[in-house]
Amino acid sequence: MMEKMVFGRYIPGDSFVHRLDPRSKLIFVFIFIAAVFLANNTVSYALLLAFTLLSILASKVRIGFLIGGLKPVMFLIAFTFLLHIFFTKEGDLLFQLGFLKIYEEGLRQGIYISIRFLVLVLMTSLLTLTTSPISITDGLEVLLNPLKKVKFPVHELALMMSISLRFIPTLMDETDKILKAQLARGSDISSGTMKERIQAVVPLLVPLFVSAFKRAEDLAVAMEVRGYRGGEGRTRYRQLKWDWRDTTALLILLAVIVALWFLRG
Amino acid sequence: MERILSLQDVRFTYTPDDPDGRHAVDGVSFDMHAGEWIAVVGHNGSGKSTLARLMIGLLFPQEGTVGLFGDTLTEDNLWEKRSQMGMVFQNPDNQFVGATVQDDVAFALENNGIPFEEMTLRVQNALKQVKMDTFLDHEPQHLSGGQKQRVAIAGALALRPRLLILDEATSMLDPQGREEVIRVILDLREKTGLSVISITHDLEEALLADRVVVMNGGRKFAEGTPQEVFLKGEALTELGLDLPFAMRLSALLGEQGIGTEPGTMTERKLVEQLWTLRSNR
Repeated sequence: MMEKMVFGRYIPGDSFVHRLDPRSKLIFVFIFIAAVFLANNTVSYALLLAFTLLSILASKVRIGFLIGGLKPVMFLIAFTFLLHIFFTKEGDLLFQLGFLKIYEEGLRQGIYISIRFLVLVLMTSLLTLTTSPISITDGLEVLLNPLKKVKFPVHELALMMSISLRFIPTLMDETDKILKAQLARGSDISSGTMKERIQAVVPLLVPLFVSAFKRAEDLAVAMEVRGYRGGEGRTRYRQLKWDWRDTTALLILLAVIVALWFLRG
Repeated sequence: MERILSLQDVRFTYTPDDPDGRHAVDGVSFDMHAGEWIAVVGHNGSGKSTLARLMIGLLFPQEGTVGLFGDTLTEDNLWEKRSQMGMVFQNPDNQFVGATVQDDVAFALENNGIPFEEMTLRVQNALKQVKMDTFLDHEPQHLSGGQKQRVAIAGALALRPRLLILDEATSMLDPQGREEVIRVILDLREKTGLSVISITHDLEEALLADRVVVMNGGRKFAEGTPQEVFLKGEALTELGLDLPFAMRLSALLGEQGIGTEPGTMTERKLVEQLWTLRSNR
């Protein structure tokens, strides 16, 4: 199950997109999300779609892999598409079968919304596919830095995120171990009624929580011993480097936005 | 020689409000000189881990003083003293802070505000010292326990500490991981003369130390070179400690009428005595 999930996964690589600074990628995606709403006619939507496909090509992520992993989202897209087709009643009548009437405007809106959705999902997936979670955290920390002025705990938040990311595999292993230990004691979480299954999860969660708290305590002590006193006076080992690629990527995005502005009806 | 650690009549209890409460550490004193390796051994609940926590200021004694590098440890100089020492804990997973090996080694350096250029050098160097320099970008879940502990040691070394405290650092490792970690420590001692305190219940490990402190019920039970301490034999087994394998074997051989020198502690010495047993006569 976990292998097929594309959303939130990172695939190491060496493409143009991989080598971008996480800051520029984050800014890029945020601006892009806003820019998607500029499109309102066929040409502008076509431009969006083409630009997204080009970005995927530049990242060297296999398109088949990307599409394959987006199946759960496809359902959502299909659903909104159908909603629009059946409930928008404007323009010429294209097709009628009994009480089902499909209008031109409905079809158009359905396609537009689907493209909008698809483009958003593809771009954000591309961000997480080409940027390691820890880089995203670093990028966010630097980008949110101005918020420190209003006492927003940026450093603490970033540290929390990176520690959580670091402990995900550890806790997964632990869950697996506890699961096996409980199975060996005759617990059964794969059969029975819904209620029985939920009850069977309790003996799994309790030991997991206990050990997570124990780990948190150990980690806090280890961090203190290693001189951790909060973000004050700390230097950074992970350096972010903004180079020509980042500037280029944002300039291209700017050009696309300008084009969208002129192409929209 | 310079005294880098000096405990004076240290008393500590986890329940200070309870007049009948047991003291986890009860009037312990000892000194440590620069370059020494001291092993603190004892059974579970003997107070040895509490002792380690007192040394690095995670706990403060109710009575007595902890002296570090010539000064008494107080709340005020705590961070300055801590930046001169490193500590490695028992569980390899629970002390790995960074996302990758190099991030973890850099953690203490970041905390102490070391500039970036120097950090990269120190991280490289520290990892080389524990022979993990080819694992820079490895994530903790892809490392063995012994490798993780070596990274933890590198994380301490990067700060160039004057004292390294190992709090049961090998007790959760398999024999191979334990061997790796001990070899790294021996190597470090030889090359840099680092001072080491190892808290352990493994007496084989204690044999490698210059001096052994035996803890029991919060008090110091014995102190001396490994030879002196292990000659107490029976008394140690009564505290729930295992004697080194060679010693136990030599005692059993004695019962069978095969006399070996008392105080034979390492396997090599025992083997040597056994194969020369006949030729001496």
